[in-house]
Amino acid sequence: MSIQVENISFVYNEGTPFESVALKDVSFTIEDNEFVGIIGHTGSGKSTLIQHLNGLLKPTSGRIIVNGIDITAKKDLKEIRKEVGIVFQYPEHQLFEETIYRDIAFGPSNLGLSDDEIEKRVYDAMKIVGLDIKIKDMSPFELSGGERRRVAIAGVLSMMPKILILDEPTAGLDPKGRDEILYQIKQIHQRYKMTTILVSHSMEDIAKLVNKIIVMHDGKVSLIGTPREVFKNVEKLEQIGLGVPQITYLVRELRKNGIELPDDILTVDEAKKYILEYLRGVDNA
Amino acid sequence: MKKIIMAKDLTFVYEAGSDENSKKIVLDGLNIDIDEGKFVAIIGHNGSGKSTLAKHFNALLIPTEGDVYVNGMNTKDTSHLWDIRQTAGMVFQNPDNQLVATIVEEDVAFGPENLGIDPEEIRERVDFALNAVDMYKYREFAPHMLSGGQKQRIAIAGVIAMRPQCIILDEPTAMLDPKGRKEVIKTIQKLNKENGITIILITHFMEEAVLADRVIVMDNGNIALDGTPKDVFKEVKMLKDLGLDVPQVTELAYKLKQEGIDIPTEILTVDEMVRFICQYK
Repeated sequence: MSIQVENISFVYNEGTPFESVALKDVSFTIEDNEFVGIIGHTGSGKSTLIQHLNGLLKPTSGRIIVNGIDITAKKDLKEIRKEVGIVFQYPEHQLFEETIYRDIAFGPSNLGLSDDEIEKRVYDAMKIVGLDIKIKDMSPFELSGGERRRVAIAGVLSMMPKILILDEPTAGLDPKGRDEILYQIKQIHQRYKMTTILVSHSMEDIAKLVNKIIVMHDGKVSLIGTPREVFKNVEKLEQIGLGVPQITYLVRELRKNGIELPDDILTVDEAKKYILEYLRGVDNA
Repeated sequence: MKKIIMAKDLTFVYEAGSDENSKKIVLDGLNIDIDEGKFVAIIGHNGSGKSTLAKHFNALLIPTEGDVYVNGMNTKDTSHLWDIRQTAGMVFQNPDNQLVATIVEEDVAFGPENLGIDPEEIRERVDFALNAVDMYKYREFAPHMLSGGQKQRIAIAGVIAMRPQCIILDEPTAMLDPKGRKEVIKTIQKLNKENGITIILITHFMEEAVLADRVIVMDNGNIALDGTPKDVFKEVKMLKDLGLDVPQVTELAYKLKQEGIDIPTEILTVDEMVRFICQYK
């Protein structure tokens, strides 16, 4: 499912002394089945932007077209909210039910589905996020932080959205918990062909996963492109309070020192390959 | 060197219910000394006991068995409680949960006010603390108007106003963006170097742990590794097995070594790696 964002602007508290412009003339397109990363420092407009994508906020001006439907013109957004699922920051804070099963079933139960269908969706969602079905009757509050977060993500997946948006899904997790969640998100994207949008502060994670990056700054799209294109703009990214993966800094420094390497290396394994080639080339010379 | 914190055979058992099965050993008889004036990082996966250990360092938790001494005072001795908390201040993960007042300088003054210190000295302490975290010009702001990194620096200032010898920070940057993270870490380093305050930093970010004088790796309620960042991070495989990470350049060095390149495995920074590779030019 695709999203077209056309010249949207958004003003909080318009016409009051607290008026503040959060988005200024933002345009981009997300194609069906793309994996998109949104980066930007706090206050750059990322969260405001994603809340527009399922109609939680309406732009002050501009249009948003999801799967060919102009959601800014529509009054009834129930269908759109089914198709576009958002996992907010620290989603485990939103868990409220007595059992894991009932928490994940909450969304589908409100769709008027049969009990069998609800059960199927809950089990499927638990499987996708790597939770054992056996724990379904436990309280979500008995779980670890990383597991609780997976329950919350399963709650969104049980709605079977076509577009999945995750706002900093790994914040506060340890490296292992972070890698597990990211691995599952990658799986969801590949296996279920969901269009996936990931908001993150981790340049390393973004570099590994997505095929398009949107960089937000001061309510505007500052850069857009593939990770290789975007992470070449080291100075610009630093100016706006962001960075690039450590390995990209390394490659840049090596290039400054006259060592010939491609300028778009993003991962440790790529760097290994080219540096090995370089070191072995020097040896043989 | 003076030991600011000492833990002797520290065991902490968490009891969820009354029966035997609900007991969980969170800290398992560990021994640790922290030298005054050092910058110590504690890393470990979630549930390894890091935060529980840190909470023993200012008597928020009392050992089930064994003892913890802060500046020579046993945390079990309740008559020392306030002295201990003044010696070792604590900063938590979420800045929004730590600020209590509606104006920045009033928030920083909250601790000293509760000590019954006279207003002139409170003014002095608040100004000093706000300058130390480089937030003096925001003293009349409302905390909710500040960024995450700024709020976290105000929380640190609130601790500094208590004139602590040691500050314990439990994942202070987990909720911040890259810029906020840098601000907080710079502040911590400055307090350590310029003011001689002992820093104990719990973190999941390895690039922060690399900056410490000493890194302690927790696993399963005990200490798995303890040493300088170079000593600790060269154990790439062990750290990965413990569910932890190493900086990307350290991982690169490890992988190059596996390919037969004669490279030191204790490379931690971009500069060190650049120096190594450039010597082959």
